Amino acid sequence: MQKEKVQNIDSNTACINASEQTHPGWYNLKYSLIGIVFGIVFVKAEIISWFRIQEMFRLQSFHMFGVIGTAVVVGAISVFLIKKLKIKTIHGEEIKIADKEFNKGQIYGGLLFGFGWALTGACPGPLFAHIGSGFFAILVVILSAIAGTWTYGYFKEKLPH
Amino acid sequence: MIEQIQAPWPWYIAGAIIGLIVPALLILGNKTFGISSNLRHICAACFPGDIKFFKYDWKKEIWNFFFVGGIVLGAFLANHYLMSGEAIKVNATLQKELSNYGITNFQYMLPSELFSFKALLTVRGFIIMVIGGFLVGFGTRYAGGCTSGHSIMGLSNLQWPSLVATICFMAGGFLMANIILPWILSL
Repeated sequence: MQKEKVQNIDSNTACINASEQTHPGWYNLKYSLIGIVFGIVFVKAEIISWFRIQEMFRLQSFHMFGVIGTAVVVGAISVFLIKKLKIKTIHGEEIKIADKEFNKGQIYGGLLFGFGWALTGACPGPLFAHIGSGFFAILVVILSAIAGTWTYGYFKEKLPH
Repeated sequence: MIEQIQAPWPWYIAGAIIGLIVPALLILGNKTFGISSNLRHICAACFPGDIKFFKYDWKKEIWNFFFVGGIVLGAFLANHYLMSGEAIKVNATLQKELSNYGITNFQYMLPSELFSFKALLTVRGFIIMVIGGFLVGFGTRYAGGCTSGHSIMGLSNLQWPSLVATICFMAGGFLMANIILPWILSL
């Protein structure tokens, strides 16, 4: 077993699991169901298309702006209602959403990710959808992305934040 | 109905479904929407080294792997059962520009001239796949999230740092696509 002290994941740099509850492993399959829906939408709305992303960044199509904009509006209304009506999880837990704290990483890292997004035509989600679509060469892109994340972790303390 | 499902889905349908993932994850188990954290969890699970950033209980975040596993499966199902097999409709100006760089195959989601194991051996293919991938992994973690974590989840929760991040994602993308990428494609 792991002897080192395990620290809690910092809320600002991860999509955190705010739940205090523990459940059997198969409970996680509900997240797979949501993932399946997401994967289908990625493909069917051509969000994973390199061409759609190029069109977005060249202002040649409204499609991607429409997708992201609608998602934000629907997401924001949902979060507002959850807070307003104090909606609980299906397990009766209070819903908590951690605030994002500002640091300069959002600027520097944001620009660097923007470069990568325009090059690969994919953010992390679509990369995984490419694998499901049979573009196995994208495994190379994913491995590079993992290497990039690891490199960030290695140099984190030396980088301006 | 079947024809509508097989045709590309409009932005408002796709956007609405993606937006609903935000409350779905919250209500199903207090999970905040995000994908790029998976890359960090993979590092933490496989090669944490002696790096503080990767020393946490990644097993607590295992739901995120199940989520991404679903994305892979969903993409597979969509490709096998929900497609009409027609080529992607690409903006005429973009088609013309890309054909100048020898990119003429618009049959698939990705241009085969840039994304294949063979393309990896070309200068531009290497830059786009390997350096591009590295920037996605490095940049998202440095920024603390990607399009889903910041642009959708963060903005939905009215977080101004997420707005800063989103503006920078877009600025970086515009700069790369319009100024730097044409040069890379000409290599």
